[in-house]
Amino acid sequence: MKKISFLIAAILSIAVSSCSTVKPYQKNKINDSEMSLNGRKVEKLESNFQSYREGASGANGGKVGGGCGCN
Amino acid sequence: MKKICLTVIGIYCMMLSAFSQSVDNDTAGYKNKKLTLDEVNLVSGYYNQNGDHSAVTGGIGTQKLNDVANIFDLQFAKWDHADNKYTLGIELGVDHHTAASQAFVSKSGASKAGGTRVYPSVNWQVEKSNGLTLGIGAALSEEYNYHSKSVNFEIGKTSKNKNTEINFKGQAFFDQVKLIEPSELIPNVTVTSGTTYTTASGNVITSGGEGHHRPNIPSSGRNTFSGALTLSQVVNKDFQLAFIAEGVAQNGYLSLPFHRVYFQGQDSAKIEHLPDTRFKLPLGVRLNYFLGDKIILRTYYRFYMDSWGITAHTASLEVPYKVSPFFSISPFYRYYTQTAAYYFAPYKEHQLTDTYYSSNYNYSNFNAQYFGINIKLTPKNGVFNIPAFNTLEIRYGHYLQTTGLQADNIGINLKFK
Repeated sequence: MKKISFLIAAILSIAVSSCSTVKPYQKNKINDSEMSLNGRKVEKLESNFQSYREGASGANGGKVGGGCGCN
Repeated sequence: MKKICLTVIGIYCMMLSAFSQSVDNDTAGYKNKKLTLDEVNLVSGYYNQNGDHSAVTGGIGTQKLNDVANIFDLQFAKWDHADNKYTLGIELGVDHHTAASQAFVSKSGASKAGGTRVYPSVNWQVEKSNGLTLGIGAALSEEYNYHSKSVNFEIGKTSKNKNTEINFKGQAFFDQVKLIEPSELIPNVTVTSGTTYTTASGNVITSGGEGHHRPNIPSSGRNTFSGALTLSQVVNKDFQLAFIAEGVAQNGYLSLPFHRVYFQGQDSAKIEHLPDTRFKLPLGVRLNYFLGDKIILRTYYRFYMDSWGITAHTASLEVPYKVSPFFSISPFYRYYTQTAAYYFAPYKEHQLTDTYYSSNYNYSNFNAQYFGINIKLTPKNGVFNIPAFNTLEIRYGHYLQTTGLQADNIGINLKFK
């Protein structure tokens, strides 16, 4: 757990520190629908079956255990 | 006189040229002041699975199951004079499943083998012009053996340059699990209103019904509380990421009453018995990178741990290839691995002295792979030249677990704007 936390913190630090200010007119690629940081609408049903069939859930906008007889 | 006439004509011509520009009817950027329908999504899916470790029959037996799901989603939007955006989301989902193992809730296999779930929800969100976002929502989920009510709220802030966003979402679920137990394990008691009795699995239940032999099947409560913090960052013009941390706390009846457990040296089963609290901690990160002009790398990693002993890792990669600005093909691959929960053991491997016990293979040690393809069409003039038909998206995946479970999932999304 400590190694994972350190790795995530390191990725975050590197990413944030290397950020450059991106102007609105430079965001044509960032604003592409395939670049969205949200899951696709069509993925909602597959994240449901994964939460039913696997022990882990959450951190993906999907079910966390409430609202169904799932994990 | 001639100079005066020429001067007057000249001034008149100048006035004409000043008003000669046509009125520009460009409505780009027009924002509705009334709540109007902005987007409609219809998502449908078909899921089919098979395996040999049904929890209904104690960790053995068929896991054959089909599910057809439909979600209808409406988004309304409006702006006010201060350029604040208001969004109303209304969603209705209906799933119908058929599960071969469900028939064996009854020892003879005579139980109903299918069921339908209906789940409506509504969400209201305000995005202020200063970058502050506020939202609230409520949802229901109804199926024969499970009833859920939930509420949620969110608060977020976007930086002035819109490159950084932080968001917190809290959810609370107040569920009721109907205690439909395996037929041979239903207690044979006379029940009157307010009677407290102990079932074969050791759970203490207070019945709300009257009469004999449980004419009203009792329910038991399950509550889930979660809080998710998301930090999104545009790193440069080709790269953005999001980090998600979510904490989940559950309490109440966390087992499933129709799951059997068989013990070493015993032929009769008991009902699954799990602790009445559970804490979960998933941590996820998404990294999206635009490689060149046509290829995008969509990556996701999640670390998960909980108080039942499960530790899991999820990693996925999707590579959209933009054949044209309006057509993309995205192959994807997902890998998942988990350790077993403390309370899991296969068929007839639990000891009678165990306090908590389950043979549900969702809690076992396994790896899983999921791979497939996503196709997306967003033509300029609309799909099939229907202007309002904005997007057609189809997704197929094949799922394999090392437990032997296999599944196929196909989904379709029709978006109208």
